[in-house]
Amino acid sequence: MKTREFADKISRSKPGPGDGGNTGSWRVLRPVINIEACIPVKMNKKACFNCWLYCPDCVVSKTIPPVINFDYCKGCGICAEECPAGAITMVDESTPIEEGK
Amino acid sequence: MHVIESGNVAAATGVKLARAQVIAAYPITPQTPLTEKLSEFVESKELQAEYIPVESEHSAMAVCIAASTAGTRAFTATSANGLLYMNEQLHWAVGARLPIVMCVPNRGIGAPWTVWNDQQDTISQRDVGWIQIYANDHQQIIDSVIKAFRLAQTVSIPVMVCYDGYILSHTYMPFEQPDQSNVDSFLPPFAPVNFLDPENPGNFNSVTLPDVRPDQDGTISPGYIEIRNNLHEDLRATIDVYVDIDKDFEKEFGRGGNPLVEKYRCDDADFVAVCIGSLSYQLRDVVDTMRDDGVKIGVMGVQMYRPFPDEAIVDALAGKKCAIVFEKALSYGNQGALYADIKSALYSCEKRPFVHNYLLGLGGREIKTQHLLDALTESCTSPETIGDTPRWIGLKL
Repeated sequence: MKTREFADKISRSKPGPGDGGNTGSWRVLRPVINIEACIPVKMNKKACFNCWLYCPDCVVSKTIPPVINFDYCKGCGICAEECPAGAITMVDESTPIEEGK
Repeated sequence: MHVIESGNVAAATGVKLARAQVIAAYPITPQTPLTEKLSEFVESKELQAEYIPVESEHSAMAVCIAASTAGTRAFTATSANGLLYMNEQLHWAVGARLPIVMCVPNRGIGAPWTVWNDQQDTISQRDVGWIQIYANDHQQIIDSVIKAFRLAQTVSIPVMVCYDGYILSHTYMPFEQPDQSNVDSFLPPFAPVNFLDPENPGNFNSVTLPDVRPDQDGTISPGYIEIRNNLHEDLRATIDVYVDIDKDFEKEFGRGGNPLVEKYRCDDADFVAVCIGSLSYQLRDVVDTMRDDGVKIGVMGVQMYRPFPDEAIVDALAGKKCAIVFEKALSYGNQGALYADIKSALYSCEKRPFVHNYLLGLGGREIKTQHLLDALTESCTSPETIGDTPRWIGLKL
């Protein structure tokens, strides 16, 4: 029997971003951050970051402002639910994105 | 060493000689004495292994999956409803390509409760992707267990070693117990390239999307359908691998030679009885009686049922007048599973034999030699008039 690479026998990957494929394509609702309402932006210091903390896919950065990686964001809406400032809204993917937002 | 012991002890001794490292099992009749014996071996330190008692068969297989993923040689055993309770984990073990070996002393499935022998338990699991090997006597049980560990780790596919409950599991027979040194030279230690390793972390069996998937470094990796296609192709290739392993076994131990099918007086036969398991040895007596009366008949035991050795079966049956398939299991609402498989294998033959189907022995109903003789005599006397409908032997009401 020819030797098949073990990687072809099972689903196996190194842990890291994208090891489950481009899961961003699953998204129906897109989280949009209102920068003006975001606590770290308003305070201009590292604070809150509930979106970064609660994101189950670790696609929100711990930066000012927080940035969402839409290659892997599944649009679950937990960040919008957890944002104490109500700065994140879930927008239908069919809604056109305005430049700069 | 020549010993006289039960089939379950033969299996346990094979597991000990194969140096299994993790054993997890839940007791169920008729498997219980096998795992009891293994726990004795572990307790007395005759076998250096972890014996993990669990609360169910589902957990037993889950432990074996974890142990095998961690790179150890894992073993379990069960029967009947215990095997069915494991079903979801059986699929997982094969999809994860783990070389687990499991013994199944065959028993009928409830409801209604029965603890006696038929083969519905393992036959109902034929499509999960495990390799299924059937032993016909105690020697084949211990030899098959040792070969199964080598086969499983060669092809990365788990193996079931099945043998008839009570008829083999609880009866005593003489058999040759291989020397540890021979087993060690035949069966190298399990040394997987990929296993759970804190130094080299990885995701195993992570979710696949319908399409192929790019790894994080951009390499395109197989999706679900590719992984399953690879499993199927590797299973088909397993037939030849097992033949080679059996040849190596014969060189080391002087036994073997019939890894796929075991034929008795078939070469010049017009009629061949076919079955799985110990029944093929009972049928030899009937064949001898009929040979004395001038009927050219033989018997063939199917040793490997999955992957299905269709070429070996066609080779044995093509050109015969009639193949008579006896089964202790069926695909309810249709016919015997082996019968359907054999007809399917023979379909492309130029000279197709008639094929008959007899169902018998369910729930341990006694299989009388006279009944076998009557059935075979009828099949040999008028092969063309017996149709496709399975005939039941031994019904009393």
